[in-house]
Amino acid sequence: MGDVFTDQNFEKEVLKSDLPVLVDFFAHWCGPCQMLSPVVEEIAEEMEGKIKVGKLDVDESPQIVEEYNVMSVPTLILFRGGGAVKTLTGFRSKEDILKEISNFK
Amino acid sequence: MTYDVLIIGSGPAGLMAAIYASRYKLSNLVIGRVLGGTITYAHKVENFPGFKDISGVELGQKMAEQAKALGAEILQEGVSQIILGAEDGNAESHISPRCFRIITETGKEFESKSLIVATGTERRKLGVSGEEEYLGKGVSYCTTCDAPFFKDKTAVLVGGSNAACSGALHLADFAKKIYLIYRKRELRAEPVWVEEVKANPKIEVIYETNVTKILGVGEVGGIREEGERVGGVELDKPYSGSNILLTDGVFIEIGGVPAGEFLKSLEIEFDEGGYIKVGERMETNIPGVFAAGDVTNKSLILSQAITACAQGAIAANSAFEYLKSLTRTN
Repeated sequence: MGDVFTDQNFEKEVLKSDLPVLVDFFAHWCGPCQMLSPVVEEIAEEMEGKIKVGKLDVDESPQIVEEYNVMSVPTLILFRGGGAVKTLTGFRSKEDILKEISNFK
Repeated sequence: MTYDVLIIGSGPAGLMAAIYASRYKLSNLVIGRVLGGTITYAHKVENFPGFKDISGVELGQKMAEQAKALGAEILQEGVSQIILGAEDGNAESHISPRCFRIITETGKEFESKSLIVATGTERRKLGVSGEEEYLGKGVSYCTTCDAPFFKDKTAVLVGGSNAACSGALHLADFAKKIYLIYRKRELRAEPVWVEEVKANPKIEVIYETNVTKILGVGEVGGIREEGERVGGVELDKPYSGSNILLTDGVFIEIGGVPAGEFLKSLEIEFDEGGYIKVGERMETNIPGVFAAGDVTNKSLILSQAITACAQGAIAANSAFEYLKSLTRTN
């Protein structure tokens, strides 16, 4: 299922994580987000132990959304060592996402 | 196994084709990238019978549920290549006579006796500088997804179609000001949308004008910050005395381009716009290959979920008749 990130746990769970973290910024109103969700879950399973994967509801966590300047959903951001290293906007296929983040494993 | 019919595309046309194929007792597989297809981008659908008011996502999901319940298999990914087997079988390619081999983007292979292509369109880009750079930083192709990020902000929306007008109205629920910029003299959406747009005090329509550049905050006199985002657009003619219009975002709703690239190896016939040419029965120039929905030249008359569904149903019926004719000749 993957983790759930919020304004409250973001620092501990994402920024201070030992593993790279892929965060799925999503909203309940967004169609493509619902399509991307199963793809992200598959990635979480496949990459278990290599990267951490979780979701962030943009309605619930306005501070993080503001801080990382997220203006579109779905947006995937890969964090490593406390910073954002890769941003992917819009619906993408699993292969596409894995290819884009593979340099940062 | 060899499927009776393999359907490429999982929007209204493809899902409806699957529904009909299942009822004809044809084994079928749907392969598509986005379950529900383009309709999932519509925040509100009010012209699909049976639903007075439904979101595009929900409508797409309902169609998929119905297709699955009737026996369709659905695989969520893209197709990269199709190979046609020889008339008498082809020992080298190991494809059964007159069958199609379908290879997906992840290398999965399937075989089918017939095909229905319903891959729809991909979003058309404006093709101006700044468009790629600011994607997700103010540039968006999905008003349904991103309108809520524009609460009390200003947005530009480029286009004049149904999708553009309904998108502008959705934006008006959040933004304080929307400039709808269209290249022609009159909006081309259904009158019901045009009336609503014109009556909305937050929406201003700028006619016969094009966006020629998307600019960052730093380029329009603001303070350039890290993670630069959209600050304005450049227009090809002045509006209110200036070619620069300040805005926090640019939504692009200028239709789609048909997604038939992967069919090139089949020597299928396209029209000059890249739409698949189909006849009355949704047949293409290749026996056993049918097409439906926005990817076909029929969609130039009307490209709506309801017409895509109708074409999907006809395509499935044609595939059924085609398969019957095969058993007769063999």
